[in-house]
Amino acid sequence: MSDIEQRVKKIVSEQLGANEADVKNESSFVDDLGADSLDTVELVMALEEEFDCEIPDEEAEKITTVQQAIDYVSANLK
Amino acid sequence: MSKHNLQKRRVVVTGLGVVSPVGVGVQASWSDLLAGKSGITRITKFDPSPFASQIAGEVKGFDVSQYLPAKEARRMDTFIQYGMAAGIEAVRDSGIEVTEENAERIGVSIGSGIGGLQLIEETDETFHASGPRKISPFFIPGTIINMISGNLSIMYGFKGPNVAIVTACTTGTHSIGDAARMIEYGDADVMIAGGAEAAITQLGVGGFAAARALSTRNDDPATASRPWDRDRDGFVIGEGAGVMVLEEYESAKKRGARIYAELVGYGMSADAYHMTAPNMDGPRRSMRNALNNAGLNPDQVQFINAHGTSTPLGDTNETHAIKAAFGDHAKNLVVNSTKSMTGHLLGGAGGLESVFTVLSIHHQVSPPTINIFNQDPECDLDYCANEARDLKIDVALKNNFGFGGTNGSLVFAKI
Repeated sequence: MSDIEQRVKKIVSEQLGANEADVKNESSFVDDLGADSLDTVELVMALEEEFDCEIPDEEAEKITTVQQAIDYVSANLK
Repeated sequence: MSKHNLQKRRVVVTGLGVVSPVGVGVQASWSDLLAGKSGITRITKFDPSPFASQIAGEVKGFDVSQYLPAKEARRMDTFIQYGMAAGIEAVRDSGIEVTEENAERIGVSIGSGIGGLQLIEETDETFHASGPRKISPFFIPGTIINMISGNLSIMYGFKGPNVAIVTACTTGTHSIGDAARMIEYGDADVMIAGGAEAAITQLGVGGFAAARALSTRNDDPATASRPWDRDRDGFVIGEGAGVMVLEEYESAKKRGARIYAELVGYGMSADAYHMTAPNMDGPRRSMRNALNNAGLNPDQVQFINAHGTSTPLGDTNETHAIKAAFGDHAKNLVVNSTKSMTGHLLGGAGGLESVFTVLSIHHQVSPPTINIFNQDPECDLDYCANEARDLKIDVALKNNFGFGGTNGSLVFAKI
């Protein structure tokens, strides 16, 4: 598991109160991990904090799974 | 003790919950209270050195994970956590089970005077340091005052009335009184009611200190809250919550609930006088209105859990108001202030102290008013000074008065 993947999964697990084992690459925040609309906003903020980046709202809306978060961070990390 | 108006449905207390500076949970708090232990210490939540008042009744040893999942708890300001914990304890204590049949008949009325001040202060700092994008989506639902009532209804599925009253230091009293009315009137069969507060923050303490309302006895915190003592110098800010389960009498009886007491009367009034200064006639009318609502004469009351904040003007004022409301019978009353040990929970005071009033009836005992070293000659009632006292209590009255000149009194009776 890459460093980015590990950090993303840790944040997802903490923010959504999910067991780390349940946080898989294909997991959808809403459908698999029980997130609501406010949870996903807070999750994106936590990713911004962790990776010291800014995720524009129109990009944030497209991040709905763990893999999409990993891909976005990997592509945009400074 | 039944009501005279047969059309009114009777309301009884069947569950209690407490988070307080003298203990978390009803049992821990009540035993410390009877032992006369002060919950007042130097403030630890922030460095109080720049503040005129550096002491408070902080809640100690509160473990929110016993009540709520971590994910939910961190999105709630402390006042919501306290209200939830006290509410959960009260519901558990009552043994009420929510079913498809009764869910719509159970409501919540838990208020707060100030709300999520700590989270407002922290979010303001985040905003100024990092801009609006860093404001949490949970900031508003984590700070607004009706979110104890909201969250408790979501947790248990209580689908009846859901309200949160805001009347400063009378919040908890009004929340309970209005909740009882909802049961009497038929809007609900069960109401979870009380108040919560967590305003021991820099702006909270700074604000009350600026109004010269707080004790500055910083060198001796445990004796700072001293209602009716000659040398009292202001109230001590406290935090926590007190919640009770109110239930329609017949349905409580039918399910074999433990009944602590009956809520037989509720009165309100406004001073229409000054934002912060006390006035004698408002509290007098509040007490008389509560007794009238109960259909009781003053001489049928044995015990008062007073507002008793330890402010120079307030304590004298309440004494005069009690004498005006009760006449000659005032000298026979035992008048107690549990704030001498808990400090002043503001919007939580009426909730916490109503729980204590009900326990006084249930156990037939008055807690002490501690720290009466030299009783103020102008305050010449029996305040149960310094030692708890076994007492025959058929009827007890509970007072609270708030900024804005808003007053509330509840009358509880042995059943």
